[in-house]
Amino acid sequence: MERVPILKIGDILLVSIQIDMEDQVALQLQEDLADRIVATGCHGVIIDISALDIVDSFVGRTLATIAAISKVLDADTVVVGMRPAVAITLVELGLSLPGIRTALNVELGMDLLARERAAADDDADEEPDGADDAETPAVPAP
Amino acid sequence: MSEPAQRIEVVSDQDVVRVRQLVRTLAVAVKLSLVDQTKLVTAASELARNTLVYGGGGTVEVGPADNGRRKGIRIVFSDQGPGIADLDLAFTDGYTSGGGLGLGLSGARRLVDEFDIVTAVGEGTTITVTKWCR
Amino acid sequence: MTLSADEAARFAVVLEDHQEALVTAWTERVASTLRGRLSHTELLRQNTELRRGFQQALAGSAQDLSGEPAAELRAQLAELSSTRARQGFSATETAVSIFAFKDAVLATLDAQGTTDATTLRDYVALSSFVDEAALFTFDSYVRVREELIADQAEQLLELSTPVVKLWEGVVAVPLVGTLDSARAQVVMERLLQTLVDTGSPYAIIDITGVPAVDTQVAQHILKTVVAARLMGADCIISGIRPQIAQTIVALGIEFGDIATKSSLADALRYVLARTGKKGR
Repeated sequence: MERVPILKIGDILLVSIQIDMEDQVALQLQEDLADRIVATGCHGVIIDISALDIVDSFVGRTLATIAAISKVLDADTVVVGMRPAVAITLVELGLSLPGIRTALNVELGMDLLARERAAADDDADEEPDGADDAETPAVPAP
Repeated sequence: MSEPAQRIEVVSDQDVVRVRQLVRTLAVAVKLSLVDQTKLVTAASELARNTLVYGGGGTVEVGPADNGRRKGIRIVFSDQGPGIADLDLAFTDGYTSGGGLGLGLSGARRLVDEFDIVTAVGEGTTITVTKWCR
Repeated sequence: MTLSADEAARFAVVLEDHQEALVTAWTERVASTLRGRLSHTELLRQNTELRRGFQQALAGSAQDLSGEPAAELRAQLAELSSTRARQGFSATETAVSIFAFKDAVLATLDAQGTTDATTLRDYVALSSFVDEAALFTFDSYVRVREELIADQAEQLLELSTPVVKLWEGVVAVPLVGTLDSARAQVVMERLLQTLVDTGSPYAIIDITGVPAVDTQVAQHILKTVVAARLMGADCIISGIRPQIAQTIVALGIEFGDIATKSSLADALRYVLARTGKKGR
């Protein structure tokens, strides 16, 4: 049986699904990922599905489960690179992937994780709100 | 038009993947749009998995369809499983008897143009779906 | 009336023996109907080939146009109709080019001086064969024109649905004109693809130029917004006119938590404020 490789980049685990997964492979990934999160202590998981030409309800459910398990293990999950045709199909199928954060590509996914982490740290430090708002420009450079 | 339908015995996870790949190949051949290909392959994946999980395995036949005006793809999923006792319930979004998300049947029906189901308790289920080119 | 094998064979001989005279006479007749819009050389080339097509079909004892021996001829006729349709000739002009073949054959028979009853019967049979061929060109012509129209409709669809980059990370689709279901679908697919291509997490759908929306179109827009969210992008709808707002409420369409702004400028300001907060 094929296995989906999991790469560690800094504080992030990156999973790029490049094959048409059998259900068993998806379940194996779910297990492997949980093990790796614990083993590495990473706080972010990015799952790149840009190579997947379909996401059916089984894969959708697996992604949701992975996100939930990661959450319990104190890691945020972002699913990136969903193709437009896949998204349109999921909407029609009625699958809205609740609880899953998404981003257009790996880079934006990493941004999102960094922001989530920063926000979580802020909460933990209980810094007064507004301190960082003043420093960030209201308008990003075009 | 007279090309024969291709048949896959669905008895394992691997066969569901083979069904997806066959449907994709034929959908590309009749020039379904990318979105329609994706919808059809997704529907096929859902229904083939139903055949495997609920029907205890069965067969999937994929072939070209032609109604004189349009071309398309027709897929027939059949099993000799327990059948479906309450169709209305089975088509309700969110209803599941097997621990899934409960979107298989109703979701798949929304993804195709024609959906036909014949089922009898104790005798099995046959589902025929068709997707036409725009 | 179908062509008997004997008749077909006799005409195959006539068409072969008198090919030059036949093609010349035919070309002259066609040239006069087309009034110089196709060069004489071009017509001569076409007719020479068609003559060969007819001759081969008859030599293969084709009894009508649908049979196997006439396959090559059918292909030639379809090709002719297709070229003529694209060059802007009318259906009649195209069909008449084939009808003129009968005149040319008659002239050739006249020149031979064999005008007995057999020849007459032969000629009538051939005539109906040529009629069939001309009707076939007529059909092909119509089919080609329909394809042309469909192609143009598609091109028009592409022309009328631009997706523009408005700011770093923000794309916009200014929708103008009536949205039918097909067009809404094309626009939405293109919008989602542009989000991926440009890596833009924000999209503004501006419907200022849309006079009316029906339930289906509103559904398409809603589904697009949900699809964009699944992909990791946010959509803002701007430029909702008062009538459309009323329709939306009257139809009971739930816009839920989708951001709506009255103008494109408001929508952009809203997006920039949000990206600013996030410190991008």
